[in-house]
Amino acid sequence: MELNLMTQKEILRIENLKTYFDTWAGIVKAVDGVSLDVREGETLGLVGESGSGKSVTALSILGIVPRPGKIMDGRIIYKGQNLVEKTENELQKIRGKEIGYIFQDPATSLNPVFSVADQLTEVIRRHQTVTKKEALEKAIELFRLVDIPDPEIKIWNFPHQLSGGMKQRMAVARALSCQPSLLLADEPTTNLDVTIQAQILQLMKNLKNSLGMSMILITHDMGVVAGVADRITVLYAGRVCETADTKTIFYSPRHPYTKALLTAVPSLVLKKEKLEVIPGSIPNLIEPPSGCRFHPRCEYAQTKCAKKIPPLVEIEPGHYVACIRASEIEIKSPLGAEANE
Amino acid sequence: MSKKLFLEVENLVKHFPIRTRGIFIKKQVGVIHAVDGISFSVKKGTTFGLVGESGCGKTSTARAILYLDPPTSGRVYLEDKDVGEIFVSKNKNEILQLRRKMQYVFQNPYASLDPRMTVADIIMEPLMIHRHVPKNEWHNRLYELLELVGLEDYHAERYPHEFSGGQRQRICIARALAVEPKLLIADEPVASLDVSVRAQILNLLRELQQKLKITYLYISHDLSTVRHICHKVAVMYLGRFVEIAETDELFNSPLHPYTQALLSSIPIPDPVTEIPRIVLPGEVPSPINPPEGCRFEPRCVHKNEHACVEKAPKLIDIGNGHLVACDRVCK
Repeated sequence: MELNLMTQKEILRIENLKTYFDTWAGIVKAVDGVSLDVREGETLGLVGESGSGKSVTALSILGIVPRPGKIMDGRIIYKGQNLVEKTENELQKIRGKEIGYIFQDPATSLNPVFSVADQLTEVIRRHQTVTKKEALEKAIELFRLVDIPDPEIKIWNFPHQLSGGMKQRMAVARALSCQPSLLLADEPTTNLDVTIQAQILQLMKNLKNSLGMSMILITHDMGVVAGVADRITVLYAGRVCETADTKTIFYSPRHPYTKALLTAVPSLVLKKEKLEVIPGSIPNLIEPPSGCRFHPRCEYAQTKCAKKIPPLVEIEPGHYVACIRASEIEIKSPLGAEANE
Repeated sequence: MSKKLFLEVENLVKHFPIRTRGIFIKKQVGVIHAVDGISFSVKKGTTFGLVGESGCGKTSTARAILYLDPPTSGRVYLEDKDVGEIFVSKNKNEILQLRRKMQYVFQNPYASLDPRMTVADIIMEPLMIHRHVPKNEWHNRLYELLELVGLEDYHAERYPHEFSGGQRQRICIARALAVEPKLLIADEPVASLDVSVRAQILNLLRELQQKLKITYLYISHDLSTVRHICHKVAVMYLGRFVEIAETDELFNSPLHPYTQALLSSIPIPDPVTEIPRIVLPGEVPSPINPPEGCRFEPRCVHKNEHACVEKAPKLIDIGNGHLVACDRVCK
């Protein structure tokens, strides 16, 4: 399985992406040198706290970073084409058709004054040469695909008539309407209840396998990525900390931030007297800390950490870490005991 | 009434009327059954958790207990005093006394702080209202409170927008603690915070409980934080309790089918452990016309076995203070 993943062709490669927001308070370096890759048929989990640049990375891929944000540097290579150099017209042919996007909040990403049918057929008619009637039939078919009961009736509803779970299903249906090869899912289950979240995750997993697409799953919930992702990239303050396959991230993380993220989650399995805490809070991205951006909160930090920006180094095949002390320090995973099973 | 129990809630009901949109005549066309007859008691100095999905009546329960929205029927006793009677008597002094005992930390720290007041104003406002601290000690008290929740002195002159979510939640907690309450209702205090900050706030709540011996009513939809902080947990579904038990008991041997499904649907941060997941079909029914009989019946995997549709199951103690409302389990 792992060997198989290594040899698979990559569908998307991001190299040294820099997306800055020029605000009145200064330049916010939301994404500052992110590199990652997604291979065909795999799910990449993009994990980090709020403000770590997860969403901005995804928005940069489609070139829809809201103003005043701008891609300053870097390359985004999708199937051999550099998306950063494309014109707006060329990008419009890729958005929705080649790359689907599920937005963070289903309630605000749907237009309240159009019926669900209008919003679904819009995407289909934009990218495919079909009549109105055929588009509607396709939309109903999609509704059936995402397990919405009575699709013929529900499709004429307006967004406010649907529950949160239904809206998210509708958003999934819209993203899948043109059978994209890459799906970007930005916190698809954050606003949903656990039982509904379980339904949606199950649905996305099944659809991804049956349609054979790749997916970038953006989330802050370590529990969600553990069940869905094949590989994980951990972001902190606009930079990549660590990239590896899911098992490695959970059982033998090498970056102190990855470990801190894992220990801060209250566990259902182990009951602890006191939760371990990452001291301090996320740095201000206008004047980020020098050197390694995590060093002010890092328990292993030394003076050299503040001086040099740690490069992303491949320490094992497929395991990249951006920490200059990665080889010196020993990090124990909170799940460590089960690793050798 | 036994003297041991700190907070007792008996058969609490909260219905919200639905009225037509008329200017002069407003007809009542229906009722939202937000909370439908729940009873529980909390021991002093412990944390009682209220868990359930959105729309199941957790927040309505909390607001009804505090008489922020007076309950439709039912009684609430705080230290053997009938909360309802005091509010009905409209005796201002007594109401103030009662409010001092019960405080609320709201769900969203971005919406529950007045943007035009400094932190000092926010935290000293309860002192001004209740006058339980002499005026010359207000500032000392302010700095004590800031220290207690882990903020610095210089934060006092700042405005809420200058703070992060975790810091705002600390301000909210300091404001609630200003009147030295005995009961603190925390309504999803960490729902809008990041994981690393979430751990900080949960630890703070625990420390405060040990230091000040406060009783918490902790409301959440996140079972993993509930496991961490609560002594006893009640699981709510559509306005009713389906199961109440000690935390460990509930997490180790859940009995109600809904509790089992809820526990199994929490994603576990471990890629190897694969727990059999019970994915519930459908969604929570509308509280305007809740199902007759057992409210969980339409989504239940074991339904029809014991005529769940006809009779609403009662909460039955099956030993160890573990209460379940399911005829199949209790049989």
